[in-house]
Amino acid sequence: MPGRVITITSGKGGVGKTTTTANLAVCLALLGQRVVAIDADIGLRNLDVVLGLENRVVYDLVDVVEGRCRLRQALIRDKRLSEMYLLPAAQTRDKTAVNPGQMVEICNQLRPDFDYILIDSPAGIEQGFQNAVAGADEVIIVTTPEVSAVRDADRIIGLVEAGEKGPARLIINRIKPDMVRRGDMLDVSDVLEILRIDLLGIIPEDEHIIVSTNKGTPVAHDIGVPAAQAFRNIARRLRGEEVPFMSLGGSDNLFGRLRRLIAPRSDTH
Amino acid sequence: MWDRFTGKKRVTSREVAKQRLQLVLIHDRSDISPVMLEALKADLIAVISEHLEIDQEGIEITLSESRGRSRLLATIPILGRRTRR
Ligand SMILES: Nc1ncnc2c1ncn2[C@@H]1O[C@H](COP(=O)(O)OP(=O)(O)OP(=O)(O)O)[C@@H](O)[C@H]1O
Ligand SMILES: [Mg+2]
Repeated sequence: MPGRVITITSGKGGVGKTTTTANLAVCLALLGQRVVAIDADIGLRNLDVVLGLENRVVYDLVDVVEGRCRLRQALIRDKRLSEMYLLPAAQTRDKTAVNPGQMVEICNQLRPDFDYILIDSPAGIEQGFQNAVAGADEVIIVTTPEVSAVRDADRIIGLVEAGEKGPARLIINRIKPDMVRRGDMLDVSDVLEILRIDLLGIIPEDEHIIVSTNKGTPVAHDIGVPAAQAFRNIARRLRGEEVPFMSLGGSDNLFGRLRRLIAPRSDTH
Repeated sequence: MWDRFTGKKRVTSREVAKQRLQLVLIHDRSDISPVMLEALKADLIAVISEHLEIDQEGIEITLSESRGRSRLLATIPILGRRTRR
């Protein structure tokens, strides 16, 4: 079966796209899948450091596009997971160094050899985003439970729908259960009611993410850590399993409410 | 909990965030800005005033959403019929 190309995007910057891409890549590889993660944030390369692979970068995405190396030569194998690879972004170029057609071509070349091709999108709705979603079979939108992030997510959902990619799914990141309980943070059901898309996962605010990013070892490797559990759950849902959502301070009857709220955008009242 | 018994309601920042988001998204999705609504209101007043005497202060024009469509709701209190020249 050819691999699935999944783009992780957000609209607003800094909400956790790169963290999510890195950890989902790890989790899928831990599930025995062949995974390649592509850093499409040209000029602001990040995925290499989050994965702890920055010292191994020789060629990058732009080198591939401009024919300085073959695609295979630019892929960096992970230190721990033999079935996981990174295609790094160029650091000294900008988004215009690659076009959507070239991204589609790269995805097509990778499909036969991998089960999952994860693309870390840059923030925004400009060419970098267009490049990142061009080859996607599916789109994952990451947001945090904040007004500006949710607003930008709504814009992206509209753009993805217009691009006929099929329905995008949502990850809500950096939920603080204490604040939700106090009524000082939008909860999962609020965000779903507003955005009206399917929920793929929820991730708590977790200091372990910062520690693991410092070390260049994605948190998903740390069994027992809340964020790691959240990413593992998401990876299993991507595999088609039904995995219950964590309880992160939302209303008691979260599941019933979630189910009712996940209605297609077009036929809610 | 206590608030529920006493009937008092503390408006949480969560509720404020939700309301603000819902409103801003109605405008974003329809691509109709609050400024544009004001201009529309002025035009409506002008046109309707040719036929009816209306209470300009009491006019309410809002955008809402239903069945995936943006809807423009105008409530215009009528004071009487304009006697035409
Ligand atoms: N659940 C979380 N708990 C704690 N820290 C987090 C969490 N998710 C992300 N972070 C931190 O937030 C910062 C931004 O995350 P990340 O780089 O993944 O966002 P991004 O969406 O890729 O940003 P950009 O738009 O700049 O590419 C990082 O320092 C990351 O460690
Ligand atoms: Mg990033």
